[in-house]
Amino acid sequence: MARVVVDVMLKPEILDPQGQAVANALPRLGVDDVRSVRIGKRIEIDFAGEADLDRAQEIADRLLANPVIEDFSLRIEPDEADRDKEESK
Amino acid sequence: MTPRIGVVTFPGSLDDQDAARAIRLGGAQPVALWHADSDLYGVDAVILPGGFSYGDYLRCGAIARFSAVMESVAKAAGSGLPVLGICNGFQILCEAHLLPGALTRNQHLHFRSRDQWLRVESTATAWTGGFRPGQEILIPLKSGEGCYVADQHTLDELEGSGRIVARYAASNPNGSQRGIAAIRNEAGNVVGIMPHPEHAVEALTGPSVDGLGFFTSVVAHLGALV
Repeated sequence: MARVVVDVMLKPEILDPQGQAVANALPRLGVDDVRSVRIGKRIEIDFAGEADLDRAQEIADRLLANPVIEDFSLRIEPDEADRDKEESK
Repeated sequence: MTPRIGVVTFPGSLDDQDAARAIRLGGAQPVALWHADSDLYGVDAVILPGGFSYGDYLRCGAIARFSAVMESVAKAAGSGLPVLGICNGFQILCEAHLLPGALTRNQHLHFRSRDQWLRVESTATAWTGGFRPGQEILIPLKSGEGCYVADQHTLDELEGSGRIVARYAASNPNGSQRGIAAIRNEAGNVVGIMPHPEHAVEALTGPSVDGLGFFTSVVAHLGALV
């Protein structure tokens, strides 16, 4: 499987009320040393053939992220079979 | 001749029937348009109604933007066709870059459903010509992602060029920057509004009949073009 992972995050200057709500809940867990929490989206795109970063970039730019409020980053994720091989070496 | 105004139904649209009814009460003939059909059937104006198009998946309006009908709407809007996006329709217009900025989660995270006072600030549009500048109107608001955001430069430009069509009066229900409830494009044919004028067209069902002004305004606008 050829997977590209896209991370979409709200731009730093855009208020993230979900992240704030989570941050505000942390003291109830006894956590009081967290300064901020921001919530984004992780999107996994599985290509039928080779992982195509350029194509993924286009998908992210046109659809997955809204450049007015969001930034994105993307990377190819090595598939599990490859990872297992790497680990057994 | 009676103007024909199209109402697009996307999967998940909710307020298409109310919009069609408001069009009729405003003196025009509603024409049903379908998201997967790129044909606009020669309508004189288009309304993108409220709801949750495509389940609001990814972002509100993000998937609707790529529907067949939206390609035609975007093209026609470029040549002056009056387009009104209400609630989810406003979100779609922003996603389609027909209007600047974006609509995000209400700052307090709560869905807001209430009758809302607005101040109409721009009457130089196809949809608000019948209002007085500064007129306060009462129409329902019902949205969870109605917080308008844009960068400072865009906000200054909207403000400076009189493109803020309406602001929330008295209190800001969702944290929208500069209290923005509705904006327009440069030409004034495309307007996006978060609250619902189509729900305030009859005394029986609405808090007022203030919303009717949007529909009679476009009829007058189209009549003046003939």
